[in-house]
Amino acid sequence: MRQAISTDVVIIGAGPVGLFAVFELGLYDLKCQLIDILDRPGGQCTELYPEKPIYDIPGWPAITGQDLVHRLMEQIGPFHPEFHFNRMVTKLDRTQDGRFRVETDEGPVFEAKVVVIAAGGGSFQPKRPPVPGIEAYEGSSVFYSVRRMDDFRGQDVMIVGGGDSALDWTLNLQPIARSLTLVHRRNEFRAAPDSVKRMMALVDEGKMRLVIGQVSRLKGEGGVLAGAVVKNPEGETEVAVTRMLPFFGLTMKLGPIADWGLNLHENLIPVDTEKFETSQPGIFAIGDINWYPGKLKLILSGFHEAALMAQAAKRIVNPGERIVFQYTTSSTSLQKKLGVA
Amino acid sequence: MAKITYVTNDGNRIEVDAANGSTVMENAIRNAVPGIEAECGGACACATCHVYVDDAWKDVVGEPEAMEEDMLDFAYDVRPTSRLSCQIKVRDELDGLVVHIPERQA
Repeated sequence: MRQAISTDVVIIGAGPVGLFAVFELGLYDLKCQLIDILDRPGGQCTELYPEKPIYDIPGWPAITGQDLVHRLMEQIGPFHPEFHFNRMVTKLDRTQDGRFRVETDEGPVFEAKVVVIAAGGGSFQPKRPPVPGIEAYEGSSVFYSVRRMDDFRGQDVMIVGGGDSALDWTLNLQPIARSLTLVHRRNEFRAAPDSVKRMMALVDEGKMRLVIGQVSRLKGEGGVLAGAVVKNPEGETEVAVTRMLPFFGLTMKLGPIADWGLNLHENLIPVDTEKFETSQPGIFAIGDINWYPGKLKLILSGFHEAALMAQAAKRIVNPGERIVFQYTTSSTSLQKKLGVA
Repeated sequence: MAKITYVTNDGNRIEVDAANGSTVMENAIRNAVPGIEAECGGACACATCHVYVDDAWKDVVGEPEAMEEDMLDFAYDVRPTSRLSCQIKVRDELDGLVVHIPERQA
């Protein structure tokens, strides 16, 4: 068994609410480890609308999603949170001593006294392309990421998409694939121009094929892919394919949270409005993922929930210790923690 | 103000009075038009408010901008009349606009 990282609080989700929870917990000296499936902090703010202004953050008449995340990262800096990106929490169990064991996919294992689920709309996962019957080939012939390049060696590979992932994997897999076909809806690409140039050069040299159109049908049997039909206004093209890599962006799915024995309400986690605790003591849910009567999915509501949750978390981590409510404006002890006193 | 007609995939026509400046997506959500999901809430980040603009309206509505065109790569069964309805702002000239809801969103 792997050595677990021991901490006070594991926060699942590094969006704005998960980040601010570090601040509120930090004021009570609670140390946090954050886990997120994305490769950087910010959740929906950085993934969906980094450049779009948000108009309802108190004190900020307008602030972009990316700016808000930058400022939150600055604000929680004094508490030295540790981040684990590109990881999905797969298991959450209570240990015999009453703590929680949090497992991630191919990543570290954590032991924590408190777990805070700040997972927003769930985890961002690759979007399944709208091709009928594609489910039957997933995991055997159709993959949404490349875990091992060797799985594609000597195969007839079809990559679908026009962004950086599609182009990068086209360039990486072309040398080892038996054949490689890139399928994109149009002759313009979102990917870096240099990658597009290199791909076009390979097409010109006859080393790979570019087909403009949309995949409309798959051919094969028993999960073994044999071909794909690409449709465009001129007609249909059939291509021999044994491995397909579609890159259709990300969507939000509740994911493994559904398996953690928590009560759920339409894919949301019901909590009380005093502590924002779930049906399992010691597991809290804050931000868009929770539900209570009157719930509004606003970042500012999540901030409020984080502040109240922190009080309850403190009582669990340091039972019996008196909790003194203080203001950062006037408390020298809080200011010391923030590094400003 | 403009009247917008949403034609669902099974042929139902839903007529909505839409205020200028609002988006075709917002009016669909407010009026519970089936088949428009708008997962990202109108940030041009998800391609789940995809519609086909009626042929008669294609020129008036206009072409998608580059960012929307990029996002359309993720939509299902994209055609020359495809638009993301969160990027179509209602204006007087669109009075009578007809949009068709695709068989499914991505």
